[in-house]
Amino acid sequence: MTTTHTPVHGVRSFDRELILKAIADSFLKLSPKQQFRNPVMFVVFVCSVLTTLLWVQALTGHGEAPTGFIFWVTVWLWFTLLFANFAEALAEGRGKAQAAALRGSRRDVVAKRLAAPYKDAAITYTPSSELRVGHHVLVEAGEQMPGDGEVVVGAASVDESAITGESAPVIRESGGDRSAVTGGTRVLSDWLVVRITSNPGESFLDRMIAMVEGASRRKTPNEIALTILLAKFTLIFLLACATLLPYSIYSVQAAGAGNPITLTVLVALLVCLIPTTIGALLSAIGIAGMDRMIRANVIATSGRAVEAAGDVDVLLLDKTGTITLGNRQAVAFMPAPGVDEHALADAAQLASLADETPEGRSVVVLAKERFGIRERQLEEGHAEFVPFTAQTRMSGVNIGTRQIRKGALDAVERYLESNGSHLPPLVKRMAEDIARRGATPLIVTEGVAALGVIELKDIVKGGIRERFAEMRRMGIKTIMITGDNPLTAAAIAAEAGVDDFLAEATPEAKLKLIRKIQAENRLVAMCGDGTNDAPALAQADVAVAMNTGTQAAKEAGNMVDLDSNPTKLIEVVEIGKQMLITRGSLTTFSIANDVAKYFAIIPAAFATTYPALNALNVMKLATPQSAILSAVIFNALIIIFLIPLALKGVKYRALGAGALLRRNLLVYGLGGIVVPFIGIKLIDMLLVLCGLA
Amino acid sequence: MTTFDIFQVVLFLGVLLVLVKPVGAYMAMAFSDTPNGVNRVGGKLERGLYRLAGVRSDEQMGWRRYAIAMLVFNMLGLFAVYALQRVQQWLPLNPQHFDALSPDLAMNTAISFASNTNWQAYGGESAMSYLTQMLGLAVQNFLSAATGIAVLLAVVRGFTRRSTDSVGNFWVDMTRSTLYVLLPFSLVIALLLSSQGVVQNFKAYVDVPLVQHTTAVETVKDAAGNTVKDASGKDVTKQTTVTTQTLPMGPAASQIAIKQLGTNGGGFFNANSAHPYENPTPFSNFIEMLAIFLIPGGLCYTFGSMVGDRRQGWAILATMLLIFIPLALGAIAAEQAGNPALHGLAVDQQASALQAGGNMEGKETRFGIAASGLFATVTTAASCGAVNAMHDSLTPLGGLVPMWLMQLGEVIFGGVGSGLYGMLAFAVVAVFIAGLMVGRTPEYLGKKIEAHEMKMASLAVLVPCALVVICTAIAVMTPAGVAGVANPGAHGFSEVLYAVSSAANNNGSAFGGLSANTPFWNVLLGVCMYLSRFLLAIAMLAMAGSLAAKRHVPPSAGTLPTHTPLFITLLACVVVVVGALTFLPALALGPIAEFLMSVR
Repeated sequence: MTTTHTPVHGVRSFDRELILKAIADSFLKLSPKQQFRNPVMFVVFVCSVLTTLLWVQALTGHGEAPTGFIFWVTVWLWFTLLFANFAEALAEGRGKAQAAALRGSRRDVVAKRLAAPYKDAAITYTPSSELRVGHHVLVEAGEQMPGDGEVVVGAASVDESAITGESAPVIRESGGDRSAVTGGTRVLSDWLVVRITSNPGESFLDRMIAMVEGASRRKTPNEIALTILLAKFTLIFLLACATLLPYSIYSVQAAGAGNPITLTVLVALLVCLIPTTIGALLSAIGIAGMDRMIRANVIATSGRAVEAAGDVDVLLLDKTGTITLGNRQAVAFMPAPGVDEHALADAAQLASLADETPEGRSVVVLAKERFGIRERQLEEGHAEFVPFTAQTRMSGVNIGTRQIRKGALDAVERYLESNGSHLPPLVKRMAEDIARRGATPLIVTEGVAALGVIELKDIVKGGIRERFAEMRRMGIKTIMITGDNPLTAAAIAAEAGVDDFLAEATPEAKLKLIRKIQAENRLVAMCGDGTNDAPALAQADVAVAMNTGTQAAKEAGNMVDLDSNPTKLIEVVEIGKQMLITRGSLTTFSIANDVAKYFAIIPAAFATTYPALNALNVMKLATPQSAILSAVIFNALIIIFLIPLALKGVKYRALGAGALLRRNLLVYGLGGIVVPFIGIKLIDMLLVLCGLA
Repeated sequence: MTTFDIFQVVLFLGVLLVLVKPVGAYMAMAFSDTPNGVNRVGGKLERGLYRLAGVRSDEQMGWRRYAIAMLVFNMLGLFAVYALQRVQQWLPLNPQHFDALSPDLAMNTAISFASNTNWQAYGGESAMSYLTQMLGLAVQNFLSAATGIAVLLAVVRGFTRRSTDSVGNFWVDMTRSTLYVLLPFSLVIALLLSSQGVVQNFKAYVDVPLVQHTTAVETVKDAAGNTVKDASGKDVTKQTTVTTQTLPMGPAASQIAIKQLGTNGGGFFNANSAHPYENPTPFSNFIEMLAIFLIPGGLCYTFGSMVGDRRQGWAILATMLLIFIPLALGAIAAEQAGNPALHGLAVDQQASALQAGGNMEGKETRFGIAASGLFATVTTAASCGAVNAMHDSLTPLGGLVPMWLMQLGEVIFGGVGSGLYGMLAFAVVAVFIAGLMVGRTPEYLGKKIEAHEMKMASLAVLVPCALVVICTAIAVMTPAGVAGVANPGAHGFSEVLYAVSSAANNNGSAFGGLSANTPFWNVLLGVCMYLSRFLLAIAMLAMAGSLAAKRHVPPSAGTLPTHTPLFITLLACVVVVVGALTFLPALALGPIAEFLMSVR
C-alpha cells in the first residue's frame, strides 16, 4: 500500500486496555442468547453445560469417567467458548473505542436556527437534537456544526479532523462540489448558512458510529451462506457422534469386551470435529474487515458493500487525481511561424494571470521559469479579464486594445472564424500533434492572430501502471473516465496501462457506461464527488463518495472515503477480497484439522472394546485420556493462535484465481492437516510432564 | 496384485473412456430440442406418444411443478409394483404359482425399485412371477433410471438457463430418456448378453438329474422349531440325498440389460450377477460392468456439452476416476492378498497359472479376483448394486471399499443421472470453499452460489449421511434389528452398516449375512430408500430453480476455473473428506477393527 492514512483515532489492535475489556466481555458473552446466534458455538455451549453436569455427577461419586478427566475436559470446553468470545470482543473493542471517540465529537449544541435561508434572518436558539431536514441554521467561526447539511450561503474554513483525522482545515462554500458539511465538525473562520439534510439519529456521524460499533452489522449474504455450510458440517458431526453411542454399546455386546464410550469422550469428540475454529472467528473476521475499512478511512454503509467490493469486475476511475497527478501542467510553448517564443510566453502569461485554475497557474510558472517573465499586477481599468465560460470555452484578458485569448483547439478555431480569420494550418497541426501525444494543446491568440500553442501535460502517477497490471491479474478491468477528447484520452490510457477509457465523459455517458457493463452482469465500482456523479454513484454496485464531495454524492454512494483519495477504490477492492479469503482459508483449515483429531480420539475412545484400533494412534499419545484431552486443548488453543490472523486478514496477493487457490490450499489445507498432528503431540507430551496424562 | 489384475482394470477403463464421448454426444442430441439426427428419426414416435398422453411438449415447468410431476409419477409406479406383487397369484405368466408377497416385503420392493435402489429382500426365482418381474420390476428399472436423468437435465438447465423460472418439461425428459437412450441401449446389451447364454424364455422351471448326488444332513425340528434331542441328549439328524436340481428359467436377459444400464441392480435371480444364467462368461461380466458405467460416464460428457464447455464434463469425470481408480485397485489388492488368518497354514493363496490365488471365498471361479473385485467397486461406485460375488465374504478392507463408496453418497459415477447431480451438489460446496479462498463470491458455471444454493447442496449431502448413521443406530439398538445379524463382533456391525448404507444411498447391493426380510428391516430400509432418493432430488430441483432464475456472470481472470487439475483435486478432496469424516467412527467399529484384529 503506497498511500498512508491517518486512522481516525489511532486505536491499536492490542492495547492493554482493549484486551482487558475484551476479556471481561468474553464472560458477558457467555449468555445463551448471545451464543444461540452462532450455531457452531451454541453446540459447544450445550456441550460445556453437559460436561459440567457430568462433572458434578462425578463429584457425587457416580461419575461415568474419572472426575479429574471430566473436570479438565469441561475446563477446556469453557475455554473454547471464552476464546471465541474473546476474538469477537477484541474485534468489536477496536470499533467501540473509535465509536466512543466519535461520540465525543457529537455533543448536543445549541444551533442558531434561521427563519429563512439568509444570514440576517431571525434566529431562534434550538438544540441540535431538535433540528429536522429542511431547517436552516447559521454557523459562525468557533461554532460546531449542529448536523449534516448543505451550505446555502457563505464560505468558511472548517476543521473536519473529528471525522477524517485530517487536521488541515478545508473550505466549505455554497454551490459547487464543496458544499457538504458534516455534523460534529467546527467552523474556524467566517460563517455559513446551512440547510440541514438529516434528522437526528440519521446523520453521517450516527451512521459512522453505528458502523464502527457493529450495532447495525447484519450478517452479509456470504456470511449467511458460510454459516449454512458450517451448520451442515456441525449437524453431520453431531449425528456421527450421537450415533456413536449406540454403535459403541452394540460393539461392546458383539465383541464381548470393554465399556461403551462415555458421554464425556463423545462430547470431546464432537467439539473437536465441528468447525469451531472458523465458527469462533467468523464474526471477528467480519468485524475486522469493516474495521480495516475504517482504518483506511473509508466508511461503508453496510458489510454487504464491503463484500461486494471483493466481487468487482470493472473499476471506473476518474483520470484526474486517480491516474494522473491532480492537474495538467504547462510544459512547453510552441510559437506559430514568425512568432517569437518569448512573445508567446508573455502573452500566455498575461492571459493566465487571472486564471486561478492549476493549469492557469502552471502557465504563469512556466513563463517565469523559462523566460524570467515575472508576474505582473495589472492595473485595474487597463486590464479586463475575460473569464472562462461554458459558451466560449476560452478565457483571457483585454489590455487596452490587446485582446489575448487562450482556449481549446475547436473553440479557438470557431472564435477566429467568427472574427473573419482562420487558424494557420501549421498551428493546427502542432496542436493535433500535442493531442496525439496525450497532452492538451491550448491555443493563444492576440486579436485575430494565433500566436502559438501551450502544451499542457498530464503527469501519470508513479506506480499506477503496476497497480493496474495487478488489477488485470486479479481479473479486474480498469476503465479511465475523462472529459478529454478521445485522442488525448487514448494516449494517457496507454501510458497508464488502463484497459479502456471513456473520453469526453458526461454524467449521462458515465451512467450509460455503468448500465452497459451491468447489463453484461458485471459488477462496477466507481468513485465520485460531484452532484452530477450522484446518478452514476447510485447505479454503481460499489460507489465510493469523496468526503469532500456533495451531500448528494455521499448519499448516493455506499461508502465514503474520508481522505477523499480516489485511488482508495483499489484498496477497497482488496479489503473486500481479503475478508472472503480469510473466511475461506480458516474454514479449510478448520475442516482439515479434523483428520488429526480423529487419529487422536478414535483409538482412545474404543481402546477397551477393540484394542487393535490402537494401531491408528500414529501420534503415539500416552494414554486414551491424554489423547482426548490433548485434542480438546489443541482445539481451544488454535482459536487464540489464529485471532491475529482473523483480525489482520490473510495477506492478499494479486494473483490469478488458480494460483491464489493453489497457494491458500497448500497453506491452509495441507497446513491444516499437518499442524494439529504436531500440536496435539506436543500438548500430550506436556500433559505427561505435568502428570496429567 | 498380479499384472493380469491390472490389465483387466486398464482394459475396462480404456474401453469405457473410448465410449464416453460417442455415448455422451449421442445423449446430448437425444435430450436436445433442436432438430438433429436423433429426433429426426424418432420424432414422429415421440410426438405420437405426447398426443397419446395429452402432453404439451413445448410447455415449460417451474421447479415445483417439475418436482410434483416427478413425485406423483413415481408414486404411481410404486403403487403399481406393490399391487402387482400382491395379486400376482391371480395373474398370468406365473408358471411356478408363486403366492402374493407379504405387505411389508411388497412395500419394500416397490420403494426399492421406484427409488432406483433395487434392494432385494426377496429371491427373484422363488417369489416373483414372470409378469411381476417384467411388468413391475423391469418397467420400474426403466422409469426410475429415466427419472434420474430427468432430474439431472433440470439441474443442468438451472446452470444453462438465464433469468427464467422454468427448468424444462418432466414428461418430455422422461420420454426422451426412455425412448432414445434406455430402450435402444438395453436392446443392444440384451442381445450381447443372450449371445453369452443369459436365458430369455417363459418356461416353467426345469428339473434336471444331478450328475453327482449330494447328501445333506440336517437337524430335525419339532413343530415349535426346537431341535429334537435323542435319549443321550444329542440332536436328532436326518439325511437327505439330493438327486435332482431345479433350474430357474425366465425372461432374464431383457431385464438384466436395463438392471445394469439403469444402475438398478435388482437381479432376476437371487444370486444376481453371480448366477450363471444371469452372467455366464467373463465377457458377459465385462459387458455388465461396462453397462453400469456407460450412462453415468457418458452423462458427464453430455453435461459438458449442454453447459457449452466440454472441459467441465471431463473435469467431473476425472474427479470420479481420481477416487475410483485407487479404490478399485485397493479392493483388488486386498482380495488378492488373501486371508491373513490362513497365513502360515498349509493353504496356498498365491496366484499362479492354475489358480487366481487370494481370497476366493464367495467368488465365482469363472471371474476370479480382479473381475470380482472390480465388479464390487463398479457396482458400489455407481449406485447399481448388482453383485457377482458375495460381499460378505470379501476381506475386511476389500469390503470396506464398496461400503465406503456407497457412503460417499453415490457420486462416483453414481446412479444414472442421480450420481451426476449428487456430484454437482458436492461441486457447489467445493466451489463455495474455493471461491472464498480466491476472494470472490463463489460462482459455478457462471451462476453465483449463494445462501439458497448452499442450503440445498448441504441438504443433498446431508440427507444420505444422516439416514445412514441414524438408521444404523436404530438397527443396532432394537432387538428386531439385531436379530437379523448373522455374525458376532465387528463383522456383524459391518453387515448392519452395509445394509443401511446401501439403502440410504440407493445402491441396493447386499453385504449378505443379514436376514433382511423381516417387517423391521423392510420398513426401516424402505423409509431410507424413499427419503434419500426423493428428498435429494427435490433439493436439487429447488437448487435448479433458483439457479435458473439467476443471471449469468461472465468469467474473468478472477473467476476460479473449474476444469483444472487443481479444482479436480479439490472436488475429490471434498467428497472424500466429507465421506471420511462422517463415517470414520462407524467404519472403525466395523471393517477397520476387523482388519486390524485380523493382521495381529
